[in-house]
Amino acid sequence: MADTAHISEMEDRKFTLNFGPQHPAAHGVLRMILDLDGEIVTRVDPHIGLLHRGTEKLIEYKTYLQGMPYFDRLDYCAPMNQEHAWCLAIEKLLGIEPPRRGSLIRVLYSELGRIMSHLLNIGSQVLDVGALTPITWAFEEREKLCVFYERASGSRMHAAFFRPGGVHQDLPQALLDDISEWCEQFPGKLDQLEGLVTENRIFKQRNVDIGIVDEKTIMDWGFSGVMVRGSGYAWDLRRAQPYECYSELDFKIPVGKNGDNYDRYVCRMEEMRESTKIMQQCIDIMNREGPGPVLLKGSKVSPPRRAEMKNSMEALIHHFKLYTEGFHVPEGECYAAIEAPKGEFGVYLVSDGTNRPYRAKIRAPGYPHLQAMDHLCRGYMLADVSAILGSLDIVFGEIDR
Amino acid sequence: MLDQDAIDALKDLGEHISASRADAVKSFHINMDELVVMAERDHIVGLLRFLREDPQCDFETLVDICGVDYPERAERFEVVYHLLSMHLNHRVRVRVSTDEDTAVPSACAVWPAANWFEREAFDMYGIQFADHPDLRRILTDYGFEGYPLRKDFPLTGNYEVRYDDLEKKVVYEPVQLVQEFRNFDFLSPWEGMTSQIPGQIPGDEKATES
Repeated sequence: MADTAHISEMEDRKFTLNFGPQHPAAHGVLRMILDLDGEIVTRVDPHIGLLHRGTEKLIEYKTYLQGMPYFDRLDYCAPMNQEHAWCLAIEKLLGIEPPRRGSLIRVLYSELGRIMSHLLNIGSQVLDVGALTPITWAFEEREKLCVFYERASGSRMHAAFFRPGGVHQDLPQALLDDISEWCEQFPGKLDQLEGLVTENRIFKQRNVDIGIVDEKTIMDWGFSGVMVRGSGYAWDLRRAQPYECYSELDFKIPVGKNGDNYDRYVCRMEEMRESTKIMQQCIDIMNREGPGPVLLKGSKVSPPRRAEMKNSMEALIHHFKLYTEGFHVPEGECYAAIEAPKGEFGVYLVSDGTNRPYRAKIRAPGYPHLQAMDHLCRGYMLADVSAILGSLDIVFGEIDR
Repeated sequence: MLDQDAIDALKDLGEHISASRADAVKSFHINMDELVVMAERDHIVGLLRFLREDPQCDFETLVDICGVDYPERAERFEVVYHLLSMHLNHRVRVRVSTDEDTAVPSACAVWPAANWFEREAFDMYGIQFADHPDLRRILTDYGFEGYPLRKDFPLTGNYEVRYDDLEKKVVYEPVQLVQEFRNFDFLSPWEGMTSQIPGQIPGDEKATES
């Protein structure tokens, strides 16, 4: 210290800190260069791409159907929601719509995914600011949802369950009953979780009035999802530009007031309750309407059923062609967006009329959110960086693609 | 599917945009219920600013900017902007074309969010953006060469990375594949999937070639 004594006190306080890429609060592989003035953050430079796998390039070399599992690996907290956007884009170009029951199953599993994502985010956000218990409680419930994923698709995480034109398999009644039963008890579990966190003094001190997002920030930085709703704007694609059967379902859009970390946390908590309601409605409708097709029947985009293939040569040829060549999508371009748990997840799909996409641009909600880190963190303390990062709800699978 | 009123509204909006910014708009059309505006590259920033500030457009949110590569065209790249208005609940897509050497004016002054999207387009396609504050690579490795999403860039890449236990460091080596990447020609001349799509599909011409 002796030889730095000549440096004035002001200069002495400025330094640069490397955060990550192997930091537990970085939620994946994020490297940030933080310029600090004492404990005050003066600049944040996030370095991303450490998980870049070239998804968009790979999709260009696969058939439409083979491209679908890549979407599970984007936002791996809520895999089926991403598949949904991909299927919607293909369906838009093909001009097809899934059958009623297929649509309901999609909505059911999208909302299930939303709860999975929010549980993980809230658990880890709370963990980032020092509470170790809530994440274990959240994961107990999340684990049950993973089992529902597995019972529908055979996989806990990378489901590959949605298809252009519906979903791959119908759900057995026992599974619907179990999901319904789970929905009954879940709000109680949320109450317990809220009892731990919501009024907790330390949690509030770390989150209230931190990372405030105002209207200008939303517009300038392209925010969507909870980042918008936390600031009091009831913008939700499920309501504003309804897709699937959301327009006939009854749910509320929770909004915050101050746009800080705390409000976003409360928003996510309330959204989970609303999602549970949507899931129950879907199950009720399915029970009321009875069984039906889940995948577009008699179409070139869906495989023939096994039994049919035993008797029909055409069905066998169709099956072979579908899984080797795939289906052709008419030339054109479209943009399909869904309300993913993290915000607007969109796919810009350009087709040249062949069996492979010409260009598939994935618009991940976390990308613009993380970009605004510099804007959001400036002037806050070093310890707030991880709190803000936690409330942005970022996942590197979708940001790096 | 949008109803007729909504499509008419989009048409009116398109006409409003092209009438107000005749210098920047080449043409517009409605495709798949979406409004697409083909724009002039040199006037793109003025057009985007108009789209953001005009009360009838009010596209205050930049959803996405991305590049698309069409190697057979004279200007091989297209830059595609997706905009959204939360207040008026409509969307627009703006497309401009450019080539390897000609820079597209940067939209960073209109939306700060354009920064990373343009960096990505630069990283993936090598599209240049004029007046961009910080045009660095973003997703690829430090010191990466080439533009991976260009159609002429190999899917396997040019270099592979591994940890060398003798040298005790990560080494870069040219990609060596035991087996060539299997790229099948699926554009078969067989009849089969044609019934789904009216007219000729790519590959049909092969049936008559030989």
